[in-house]
Amino acid sequence: MNRETTTGTSVPFYRDERILQVLGQIAFVLGVFLFGYFIFHNMLVGLQKQGMTLGVSFLKGTSGFDIGETLVEYSRNATYLRAYLVGLLNTLLLSALGIVFATVFGVILGVARLSTNLLINRLAAFYLEVIRNLSLLVFLIFWYLGVFLKLPRVKQAIIWPGSIFLTNRGVGIPWGVPSGTFPTYRWILFLGLILTVGLGLVLNARGKRTGRPPMTLLWMLVTFFAVAVVGWLILPESPLMLELPYVKGLNLAGGKILSPEFMALLSGLVLYTAAFIGEVVRAGIQSVSRGQIEAARALGLNGFQTMRLVVFPQALRVIIPPLTSQYLNLTKNSSLAVAVGFPDVFYVSNTIINQSGRAVEMITLVMLTYLTFSLVTSFFMNWYNQKIKLVER
Amino acid sequence: MSQATDSLPPLTERFTVLGWLRKNLFNTWPNSLLSVLAILFVYWAGKGLLTWIFTVAEWNVVAVNLRLFMIGQYPADQAWRLWIGMYFLAFLIGNSLAIWAPHSRAWTISLFVLPILLAILPFSPIVRLEILGFSLLGAIGWFLGRSQLSGLRRIVVIGWIIFLPVFVLLIHGLTGENGSMPVVRTNVWGGLLLTFLLTVSGIFFSFPLGVLLALGRRSNLPIVRWFSIGYIELVRGVPLITILFMAQLMLPLFLPANITVDRVLRAMVGIIMFSAAYLAENVRGGLQAIPKGQFEAAHALGFGGAQTMLFIILPQALRLVIPILVGQFISLFKDTSLVAIVGLFDLLGIAKTVLAQPEFLGLQREVYAFISLIYWILSYVMSYLSQRLEVTLGVGQR
Amino acid sequence: MSQSDEPIIICRDVNKWYGNFHALKGINMEVRKGEVIVIFGPSGSGKSTFIRTINRLEEHQKGQIIVDGIELTHDVRNIEAIRMETGMVFQQFNLFPHLTVLQNIALAPIQVRKWDKEKAEETARQLLERVGIPEQADKFPGQLSGGQQQRVAIARAMAMEPKILLFDEPTSALDPEMIKEVLDVMIGLAKSGMTMLVVTHEMGFARAVADRMFFFDYGQIVESGKPEEIFNNPREDRTKLFLSQILTH
Repeated sequence: MNRETTTGTSVPFYRDERILQVLGQIAFVLGVFLFGYFIFHNMLVGLQKQGMTLGVSFLKGTSGFDIGETLVEYSRNATYLRAYLVGLLNTLLLSALGIVFATVFGVILGVARLSTNLLINRLAAFYLEVIRNLSLLVFLIFWYLGVFLKLPRVKQAIIWPGSIFLTNRGVGIPWGVPSGTFPTYRWILFLGLILTVGLGLVLNARGKRTGRPPMTLLWMLVTFFAVAVVGWLILPESPLMLELPYVKGLNLAGGKILSPEFMALLSGLVLYTAAFIGEVVRAGIQSVSRGQIEAARALGLNGFQTMRLVVFPQALRVIIPPLTSQYLNLTKNSSLAVAVGFPDVFYVSNTIINQSGRAVEMITLVMLTYLTFSLVTSFFMNWYNQKIKLVER
Repeated sequence: MSQATDSLPPLTERFTVLGWLRKNLFNTWPNSLLSVLAILFVYWAGKGLLTWIFTVAEWNVVAVNLRLFMIGQYPADQAWRLWIGMYFLAFLIGNSLAIWAPHSRAWTISLFVLPILLAILPFSPIVRLEILGFSLLGAIGWFLGRSQLSGLRRIVVIGWIIFLPVFVLLIHGLTGENGSMPVVRTNVWGGLLLTFLLTVSGIFFSFPLGVLLALGRRSNLPIVRWFSIGYIELVRGVPLITILFMAQLMLPLFLPANITVDRVLRAMVGIIMFSAAYLAENVRGGLQAIPKGQFEAAHALGFGGAQTMLFIILPQALRLVIPILVGQFISLFKDTSLVAIVGLFDLLGIAKTVLAQPEFLGLQREVYAFISLIYWILSYVMSYLSQRLEVTLGVGQR
Repeated sequence: MSQSDEPIIICRDVNKWYGNFHALKGINMEVRKGEVIVIFGPSGSGKSTFIRTINRLEEHQKGQIIVDGIELTHDVRNIEAIRMETGMVFQQFNLFPHLTVLQNIALAPIQVRKWDKEKAEETARQLLERVGIPEQADKFPGQLSGGQQQRVAIARAMAMEPKILLFDEPTSALDPEMIKEVLDVMIGLAKSGMTMLVVTHEMGFARAVADRMFFFDYGQIVESGKPEEIFNNPREDRTKLFLSQILTH
């Protein structure tokens, strides 16, 4: 509520502290506005000279270029928009796989760093120290040009147990080819998923009621796994037929062939990010004070229960925020795909710019895409922080 | 009959290597398995790596092209100007160390020892002498700093402030073709020289911009605050490469048609804009740690807003976040490698030039391993030195 | 304890709201030059809020505050002038940790009053002498005890040569054994003729040097008068109650 000061004298406006604040903001807005107008005007004039106007309708135009790796249907007759979508899906795939593998490896590194086995401990420490001081881009380029492209030719491929072929045209791994029964299997898996989620909710509710939380996650995993296995066996024909890669002429065929670009980028990102995740995990585990463990053991909880009920929940609180930040970094770093030639969303945008000349629109679009990733992550983090906040005075 | 008992020495086990191994590495089955696997892995990786380094790799490509790696295609006969810039830097560092961190052994040793180590590399003899000159100038600066001449501090501070413009001037040159300092166009600036320039200018300009953004972020004026938040969140939410591309492709559009912007300058602008946003967040953290009472005391004494910031708040806030800022600047150094993607010939970009020579085709491993190593060593040394400096100056705490 | 005629602080019907909360409900007070005023009362009664409105650390929404003839309004020039004439000593000392004791005291005179360095440092040393710790000049605040820090804070406020000193519970954050050294300095100041407004619970101090005492409760002045009147003959029941609570030790 604003009540006016009743004073005898009136204040000259140029010395009134309230007016000055408003004036300051007006001056600032004017400055920014003028600057922005100056830039925008120049841009429009420059574009006009090139015979272009701003707009997104060009996205419906034909792309005219090929993309090496696509998750969906694409040809050079498709639209620019489609090409962008292909790039976007590639980025999402790369980021998702990268996050999963980096987390696994990162957790291993973090735990290893705390191991009592001196050899393991020092190895992990050595690895972390080396990675921390690397420049990611240089590392990726070295990894790509110096390792994956230097693998032997297909005829002299290195073959690892399990039919994994390492060549300079890509890495071939065994893959499952869907058979006739695959659609049915998909339905079975879907039902399994619903069953698992339902089980999870039931277990959670029961845990709240009885005060003894069951190992919900474990039960959910077991159930889903059981459904997958049983469903596989009861079908007359295996839903996925195993296909092994083999040498065909100068190339690899069969199974799944992962391009050197993809492999270099994925493995490079994973190796790099895992180190930082390892540090985060280590710090999180160490943040739980010894006293907590001592108190839990004194109460009679065994080692496993101590971990699950006392250490982990507290460690997770400390780990999750920087962990999501690392995930976001991995997603942003995936844009370095442009240096190794993997068609992620940035690489594709670049090609679109080269073909259509629409630099302003495409760069804005790409930035908005990454910005969306960031904002989604931020919202998640804020939600998570609110939810798990320790209640304090 | 009671007698005071002397303390007895503890029961000791005889220490043997085997015993230690058994206790630490092989005490449980899982541990033993891990240890064995680890030993095998180290042997396999180490053997492969060492074999490659010492027998297979052709390091000739590095030795022959050292100049390219260091200064790109900068004309060799004009390199003396770069040395002057470097000597100026050595002088400033020596002075500053003596004045502000006289007891920091790590820094002083590095100043003298590192150049000597560098001189071991296969440079030409003249270059080796020039490298040693760096140590000499550093020593001169150091002894001058120790002399405690009055007004020296002020001169050194001014020296640091003008270092960047002077250095750019030296590299760029003033006069025409036949003058004493002919202009050297930016498209031949390359190698470690360009990386150094981008890093230093990035730090130099992003610092004030970042502090302004941090202050704006905390401002009471809503418009200023929202603008700062918008800028910071936008820049931090996108990869650096998109900002560099924006600078390369869109900056020429933003300016009137008759002004052309140098490509190196465009990259610098991108780096500065990027770094400022991260710096703003770090400085904001420091500002938030300052208790409200400091503001109140300053206001009660009659300090206006700007004076309060300048004399009371910022000195404390910046002191708190110096370790984080240094870490950020080291990351900045590594991030400059991205300018190679937009076609500049920094330390990473010059690799293409080196590898394009017919006698060095196919030596990607050697070249990129060498470049990786340089980045790694520089980053490691900077981290180590900054940690030592923190301890000496007692920063990071109030 | 010489006093002149024109009041150096005039407060008429001063009101302040925090949102819907009415923190100061029509405060009227006149302070003459050289007077030592002690303000006391339960926590939340508005006493700290009140003295912080005098140097504009808090803003009053209704009423008039006139300090040394200058009215406290939205006029930035008036605000700055008043801040130069008033000094403040805080409960939490609020010394600047990155500056030495000497620099803490000399900073404002150099930057705000534009004195040159020698004059400011000389004044600072004299003030340190006056508060009894001249040897601490080159130490940092973190190296001093609480009592020493508060004395430095007093010297810092005095360095600006203010006409009025405001004290916001200056000894409440001190360990008991250090309260006396600070109170001694404040008594010395009072006897030298400084106009002081002191918010405190230290009744011994009030008895020794206060010219008048004001009892605040729920944002209002319940009672005021000379110390003898307040201690021996409090008129209001609330005053009696509060005094009984803090005086029975």
